[in-house]
Amino acid sequence: MNDLKSNFAGIESPNPFWLASAPPTDKAYNVNRAFEAGWGGVVWKTLGEAGPPIVNVSGPRYEALHGKDRSVIGFNNIELITDRPLELNLQEIAQVKKDWPDRALVVSLMVPCQEAAWKSILSQVEDTGADGLELNFGCPHGMSERGMGAAVGQVPDYVEMVTAWCKEYSRLPVIVKLTPNVTNIRQPAQAAKKGGADAVSLINTINSVMSVDLDSLSINPTIDAMGTHGGYCGPAVKPIALHMVSDLGRDPECEDLPISAIGGISNWRDAAEFLLLGAGNVQVCTAAMTHGFKIVDDMIDGLSRFMQEKGFASVSDLVGQAIPSLTDWQHLNLNYTVKAQIDQDLCIKCGRCHIVCEDTSHQAIYARHNGERRYEVNEEECVGCNLCVTVCPVENCLTLRKLENEVDVRTGQMVSPAEKLQWTRHPNNPMANADP
Amino acid sequence: MELITTAHNGPSGIAAERLNEAECQSNFCEMHMPLEENAARVEAERCYFCFDAPCTEACPTGIDIPGFIRMIANGNAVGAAGLILEENIMGGTCARACPVETLCEGVCVRNHGDDRPVTIGLLQRFAVDEALQEGTEFFSRSEQTGKSIGVVGAGPAGLSCAHRLSVLGHNVVVYEARSKSGGLNEYGLAAYKMLNGFAQRETEFITSLGGIEIVHDVILGRDVTVQELQKRHDAVFLGIGLGGGNMLGIPGEEAEGVADAVAFIDGLRQADQLSAVPVGRRVVVIGGGMTAIDAAVQAKLLGAEEVTIAYRRGADAMKASIVEQEFAKIRGVSIRYWAQPGAVILEDGRAAGVEFQPSGDTEAGEKFVIPADMVLKAIGQGSHLERAESAGLFEVASGRLVVDEERRTSCSGIWAGGDCIAGGDDLTVSAVQDGKVAANSIHRALSL
Ligand SMILES: Cc1cc2nc3c(=O)[nH]c(=O)nc-3n(C[C@H](O)[C@H](O)[C@H](O)COP(=O)(O)OP(=O)(O)OC[C@H]3O[C@@H](n4cnc5c(N)ncnc54)[C@H](O)[C@@H]3O)c2cc1C
Ligand SMILES: Cc1cc2nc3c(=O)[nH]c(=O)nc-3n(C[C@H](O)[C@H](O)[C@H](O)COP(=O)(O)O)c2cc1C
Ligand code: SF4
Ligand code: SF4
Ligand code: SF4
Repeated sequence: MNDLKSNFAGIESPNPFWLASAPPTDKAYNVNRAFEAGWGGVVWKTLGEAGPPIVNVSGPRYEALHGKDRSVIGFNNIELITDRPLELNLQEIAQVKKDWPDRALVVSLMVPCQEAAWKSILSQVEDTGADGLELNFGCPHGMSERGMGAAVGQVPDYVEMVTAWCKEYSRLPVIVKLTPNVTNIRQPAQAAKKGGADAVSLINTINSVMSVDLDSLSINPTIDAMGTHGGYCGPAVKPIALHMVSDLGRDPECEDLPISAIGGISNWRDAAEFLLLGAGNVQVCTAAMTHGFKIVDDMIDGLSRFMQEKGFASVSDLVGQAIPSLTDWQHLNLNYTVKAQIDQDLCIKCGRCHIVCEDTSHQAIYARHNGERRYEVNEEECVGCNLCVTVCPVENCLTLRKLENEVDVRTGQMVSPAEKLQWTRHPNNPMANADP
Repeated sequence: MELITTAHNGPSGIAAERLNEAECQSNFCEMHMPLEENAARVEAERCYFCFDAPCTEACPTGIDIPGFIRMIANGNAVGAAGLILEENIMGGTCARACPVETLCEGVCVRNHGDDRPVTIGLLQRFAVDEALQEGTEFFSRSEQTGKSIGVVGAGPAGLSCAHRLSVLGHNVVVYEARSKSGGLNEYGLAAYKMLNGFAQRETEFITSLGGIEIVHDVILGRDVTVQELQKRHDAVFLGIGLGGGNMLGIPGEEAEGVADAVAFIDGLRQADQLSAVPVGRRVVVIGGGMTAIDAAVQAKLLGAEEVTIAYRRGADAMKASIVEQEFAKIRGVSIRYWAQPGAVILEDGRAAGVEFQPSGDTEAGEKFVIPADMVLKAIGQGSHLERAESAGLFEVASGRLVVDEERRTSCSGIWAGGDCIAGGDDLTVSAVQDGKVAANSIHRALSL
């Protein structure tokens, strides 16, 4: 089995799987269990200032979007940062670090945007022996209304300023956790870098309203007939997180800025995808909250087998390997042409491919052949959009066939994908420049 | 289901109380447990929402199956029932009685590979039962046309026709020979398919629309003639089903202990107490259709010790599907294939067994006897047109009325449907379709 040892921004851990700052990391009890289960590291549930602790609602604070089989697809919460006294958390952190010296223990922080407040907490955290800091600039509810969390993360200048304070008053590596509730994720990331951040982590949760109860006509979760927007996470947010992580992964200005990927990671496959798109390690919250800590077994085993199969010796070898496949639309090869094809032996004749193409796309799948129920592609109309493939219930029954040195019967043009044609040089583009 | 059987020392001959009432009630439980709400939703999610769905094509009444299943999946069971009842007013009975494995579920695209079909029948039942429970009204009558239609027979064909006609604004009088409505839904379908008086509940639902008057104990051919009906009404629909069972034409057939399977089931369906229904200790059922299966299984559930279905050809030729054959076998019924009945063996003038000649490939084999104190004949029902028909008014083929696509008989102004017409498949669902098609045709004819 491959060694999954990880070094993220100078923080070592036996594997790249960390638990994100959230309820699973709120107490020594949970964190001990996580380490027993095999997690490589944790980011402790966000700590706030000393003083009277935060108060959470006593009504429901979570709500889920369920799939057909009641699996949790999306998850939402209106929980605040830790509601336990600062002192207690710091004591526990110190003890856990002592008991688990080989695991990564990062402490997440969120205090008011004043230099003194940060300075005071930083020294206390350092005394625990923790390995690093994560600055929670992402929480989208409850704390942001008090001028913290996302309220900071949405203003690049604040991000830079607070990061700089942390670098100044602490010798620990600083990870800046970014909020996805922005239009351009590169701006806060660049600000963090300017402030001296050692790494960024993303994404925190996305603003969301989960659902409306159709009996009571009030939103869910409901607390005494009222509700509020919360943070969305879980498998549903993975594509958004992948986009943001990869956007930083290919941003020249963020080069060499390590990324800790978070958002909908549930298994080794998700983890591998994030690593390939530029993440240095991954953090997990919802998958653990919906299955328990044992899921890490499959993550460790699966990733290590995958690496062996693909010939990657270490986790760092994986990082960013898929980045070169990511480009902007105008650089895609417009000479690359595919057509849908149906394996008639596998086809169960449900007709879904036909009706979606007929009603909403290109009328390129026949429903009948010589009066018989038989689904066949009309290559003269098929644009290769992939819609039918996504709805076919039988695996590998409907696939896309690549055209190579043959005439596309839809356009009548010879297809030669080797001759790349990008929009930037396309004859229909009025702004086309002749040079590549 | 735990089948309760009798000890091997019950009285020989035909006797009641082989099992006590509680044991009978336990045996006659639901054939298929109805779906709970959550199970229904999960099952509904399995449907692929096919285009030009093969299941709809296979349904004789053409129910929009993917349409109603999607409504169940989205928590709208009542809407689903509306979609079902629009095409099939007896959706409730059909969900219980249809041989789905040879109809909709048989062609479900999910039959491929090691997958299994969507349980369309159970989903349909879930939706219709839910709507009946809620007492939802789905239909209203169009403006009155002032026309009156006489319908003969309050079975599936007659009631379906009457309902559609009433929706279209006509007034209907249904003439029914027996004291209850429902036809074979009430008198013929197996008890474990139609628990808790469902036939009567459904009839009430159908007639609650108004405009349908059912007159009981009136027999066409005895109390009224076709000509009289034609005078009384603007159109006539015949849905009189079939008559008594066919004869085997073998010696001993008339003896005590030999009975018609349909009559046996009829008695069972109408019994106040199941345990009071007399049944043999050893029962032989002759035939290969749904009636044979139903008679044999119900005899077993009443406490008969040995029940054998004897069929003159092989399993594949049986009109009862393989699924139904399995259903009987699981309940302890033996099926003897390739057995041609030769004679009923008598003892003291009563049936004591049936002698068979091997048929098919093994024709040369030796005759054998299956002992039986009760012999049930299930070889099809005969025509009873003669009784109803007045002097050869109609074109008839093999004792059944010849009709065109719109279910018009050869006699102008008279439509027919259900088991009494030629070329049908003797299923409840087809009778319902006939009634619907005829009603639409009558409406068109009367609107001219
Ligand atoms: C034992 C048995 C089990 C069956 N099981 C199934 C099953 O599980 N699934 C399935 O799909 N099909 C089954 N069938 C077939 C199904 O019951 C019939 O196809 C269906 O009932 C036909 O409907 P119908 O309206 O044509 O006739 P019927 O249901 O027979 O109704 C005819 C009605 O007309 C009345 N009538 C008859 N003659 C006269 C007259 N002269 N004057 C006035 N009224 C008259 C009768 O009393 C009756 O009420 C079964 C049949 C039998 C015999
Ligand atoms: C109930 C709950 C509480 C959370 N609390 C915090 C928190 O205190 N600090 C923080 O930085 N992120 C918090 N998060 C965000 C998670 O750390 C993580 O960024 C997010 O859930 C996305 O990852 P996931 O899809 O694996 O859940 C919380 C998430 C949940 C579900
Ligand atoms: S690829 Fe798109 S256009 Fe071609 S058949 Fe499929 S849905 Fe239609
Ligand atoms: S969606 Fe797939 S299985 Fe269904 S008809 Fe099309 S090719 Fe066949
Ligand atoms: S054939 Fe099966 S999957 Fe397709 S619509 Fe009918 S029930 Fe649904």
